[in-house]
Amino acid sequence: MHEMVPEHWLIPVKEEEKILKLLGVAKGQLPKIRKSDPVIKTLEKVEGEIVPGRIIQIVRKSRTRGIAKIYRTVIGE
Amino acid sequence: MKVEISKGIEELKFALLSPEEIRRMSSVKVITPDTYDDDGYPIEKGLMDPSMGVIEPGLKCKTCGGKVDQCPGHFGHIELAMPVVHIGFIKEIYSILSSTCSNCGRIKLPEEKLKEYFLRIQDTNNRLSDIEYDDIVSEVESDASEVVICPHCHFENQKVALDKPTTFREEGKKLTPKEIRERFEKIQKDDLPLIGLDPKVARPEWMILTVFPVPPVNVRPTITLETGERSEDDLTHKLVDVIRINQRLRENRDQGSPQLIIEDLWDLLQYHVTTYFDNQTPGTPPARHRSGRSLKTLVQRLKGKEGRFRSNLSGKRVNFSARTVISPEPFLSINQVGVPAKAARELTVTETVTQHNFEKLKELIKNGPGKEEEVYRPGVNYVYRADGSRIKISDKNASEVAEKMELGWQVERQLEDGDIVLFNRQPSLHRMSMMAHEVKVLPYRTFRFNLAVCAPYNADFDGDEMNLHVLQSQEARAEAEILMKVQENFLSPRFGGPIMGAIHDHITALFLLTYRNPLIPLEAGLHIMSYVNVSHTPEPVEIDGKKYFRGRDIFSLILPEGVNLEFRGKLGDKSLDPNGTEGTIRIEDSKLVNGAIDENAIGQSKGALLDYVLRKYGNAEGAKFLDNLTRLAAGAISYTGFSTGIDDEDVPGEAKAQLREVGNESVQKVEKLIENYKAGLIGMEPGKTLEDTLESMVMKVLSQAREKSSEIASHYLGMDNSTVIMARSGARANMMNLAQMAGIIGQQSIRGQRQHRGYTNRTLPHFEKGDIGAYARGFVSSSYKEGLNPTEYFFHATGGREGLVDIAVRTSRSGYMQRRLINALEDLKVSEDGRVLDTENSVIQLEYGEDGTDPSRSFEGESVNVNYLIKEMFGNKYGGKK
Ligand SMILES: [Mg+2]
Ligand SMILES: [Zn+2]
Ligand SMILES: [Zn+2]
Repeated sequence: MHEMVPEHWLIPVKEEEKILKLLGVAKGQLPKIRKSDPVIKTLEKVEGEIVPGRIIQIVRKSRTRGIAKIYRTVIGE
Repeated sequence: MKVEISKGIEELKFALLSPEEIRRMSSVKVITPDTYDDDGYPIEKGLMDPSMGVIEPGLKCKTCGGKVDQCPGHFGHIELAMPVVHIGFIKEIYSILSSTCSNCGRIKLPEEKLKEYFLRIQDTNNRLSDIEYDDIVSEVESDASEVVICPHCHFENQKVALDKPTTFREEGKKLTPKEIRERFEKIQKDDLPLIGLDPKVARPEWMILTVFPVPPVNVRPTITLETGERSEDDLTHKLVDVIRINQRLRENRDQGSPQLIIEDLWDLLQYHVTTYFDNQTPGTPPARHRSGRSLKTLVQRLKGKEGRFRSNLSGKRVNFSARTVISPEPFLSINQVGVPAKAARELTVTETVTQHNFEKLKELIKNGPGKEEEVYRPGVNYVYRADGSRIKISDKNASEVAEKMELGWQVERQLEDGDIVLFNRQPSLHRMSMMAHEVKVLPYRTFRFNLAVCAPYNADFDGDEMNLHVLQSQEARAEAEILMKVQENFLSPRFGGPIMGAIHDHITALFLLTYRNPLIPLEAGLHIMSYVNVSHTPEPVEIDGKKYFRGRDIFSLILPEGVNLEFRGKLGDKSLDPNGTEGTIRIEDSKLVNGAIDENAIGQSKGALLDYVLRKYGNAEGAKFLDNLTRLAAGAISYTGFSTGIDDEDVPGEAKAQLREVGNESVQKVEKLIENYKAGLIGMEPGKTLEDTLESMVMKVLSQAREKSSEIASHYLGMDNSTVIMARSGARANMMNLAQMAGIIGQQSIRGQRQHRGYTNRTLPHFEKGDIGAYARGFVSSSYKEGLNPTEYFFHATGGREGLVDIAVRTSRSGYMQRRLINALEDLKVSEDGRVLDTENSVIQLEYGEDGTDPSRSFEGESVNVNYLIKEMFGNKYGGKK
């Protein structure tokens, strides 16, 4: 992976509810990421097929916060 | 999982109106060219038939029964005696005529070819864009119009020519709209997609009008002049012409008049219909009003800057607003705006009469509409009774209405001191471009405000104009006061520091007041202090029996209680103040103990003292400090006086000699370098060619020349020099500008390089070919004061132009970029729990800015300034560096 691509993690299904509750948002409100996104394709090599609706955690550097964790929902195509 | 997406307009489709549809949507068949009868009633089946809607209040629409504000208006129609072409479709008609067979109506391309095109179009519907579809259509047209023999019926077609604006000819013979229509009727439905029409919504023959839609009356209202005379809309005038000629044409046709007369009338009808749509059709004389003014018909209503789109949809005008030239007023608070009395009498605030404002409003009404007087007293322009009826207040009825006033009435009161208004200067590039101010009604004709507020508006007084909006509701006023007031916008969200501060003469004045703590005669000191509200005067000092104030003591008067601060001022820079101690500004217990107040203390966006006051005491105190500061500065500088002129750049003869020496020396050094280069004595620097190496060495020598000249100039120009005072205090300009005026202007460059373009192997014909010496490549050894020689002047102009071009390019680029950003982000909002959401409640950021910090409430972008807190808690000793 290129150094500019931040870390992507697949959230286990059983933890999804906990995280959404913590964030205080519904799954549909989260930003999206395509299943066809190269990062998801790469992640699938590790985690097996990732179906739409799963949540991805992205850990990236932030100018204001140091390290920021953000979440995306996988969508089709 | 299903992701929900809110609804939006996906597609907009334009279609043609069929004659049947025009009849179906018509509420009346208009047959009379007249509008109203002698009694002023609309004539039945005339152009003002009440079936097409109503424009007079009280009347009811014959079609829907609605009154003026309920009836949307309804179309009527005119049955044309003979068909005419629609000027808006002239291009389409022409291309269809040329690409179809006049005998069988097919597109003049062989069946296989058509099939091929069809397949491509079907592709279009699936994947390709509208643009590509249009491309295919024009390809079909250009292919088919070349063909003479129809591949379907083998008919020999003739070339069709368009005789502008509306006449079609086939081999010189005129094609009547009727003939065109008959041809178009033959075109097969299946062929339509290839000529760009959707068969579901359009037929080519509908581009030839047989029925004419008459727009509703509220689209073309009758205007009643003050004299009682009625004046019809331009569209109505044009419709009258259409109906009149249409009638005559029908009569002549029915009577079997000679063909020539019928053709003339037909052409005339065509002319009227054409100008009804577009009165600026090329090749057609515009239809004119009796007065000679050309009529404003449909296209003219929409087109151009004054058209519906640019003037009414993209731009709107608002009430309760004013615009005028701005000028400065240092005696106003930064939170105030001076409004001319003339404007204040026109701008109103509507107040509802309650028990609490009853007496006040009564008095205001008694003032009447107001007249010009020494002291402005607000009056009242209109009063609304509880039933909504309006009374205009005049000097005559003022006291009468005041007595009759009741609770619940509404009073349109004129602007008074203390009203909250919004003040704005375009281009509104950031949120500080529109701030809330308190009104102060003043004489004369300009808006006025404190000079510290120039920065957020980016205003100056070389003729700038600004807009003012009067708020109309309590909610708006409260919101503006809490969020938009000038003092609430001290900290810029761009860099988290104060954007407002002292400028120009404020800095000069307070610098002069505090530099080396001058002795100020008692009287002068009192004069200065009279500009601000002070509770006491400082203790005077006595020297030789005369009493003086110390400048720093006077300055200390405006500091809030409890200021303890030490920081480096501009003079802390050793190059500006080689052996002075004025660079360390120390304030102990709100007393200026040491240092000269300068840009670093009170200047915009970098004033440490201002920043300190703002953060420690809050916005209100900060505003007060800045208000006092500007007043004190006005007092101080009006006592000392301050001016600068060209003789400020006079340097003594020995300095001139030194400067000349520096110039000559550098030029010689360059010469030497070039000699060495030619002799091959210069080694390459890494990453550079030999020429580049030489260039960089030359540039270095020449920039040293300017630095040296700057040193010499600084040496001979001291603190008794106004320009130096301004440069050192940070009020305006810098020492480099000074050195350029007094000493050497220096190298003129383009894109960071010495000037080298121009003629073959030389920049100007004044130099020899191959000359790469200092002067031949844009070095200017003259000063602005002495003046430049012609070649220097030329190079200076070239260098200057680069700056201008850069600015022009940068502003347009960044403006466009900013517009795009604003459009993309405009309806995002921060929810109460700190998330950034869009209008569909989708998350954009889980926490605003990822750290949840509002930059306009931050310390230079940081949530907390730890150094400041430590200093405040434990005193200066333990505090880190500021
Ligand atoms: Mg200006
Ligand atoms: Zn109606
Ligand atoms: Zn044919």
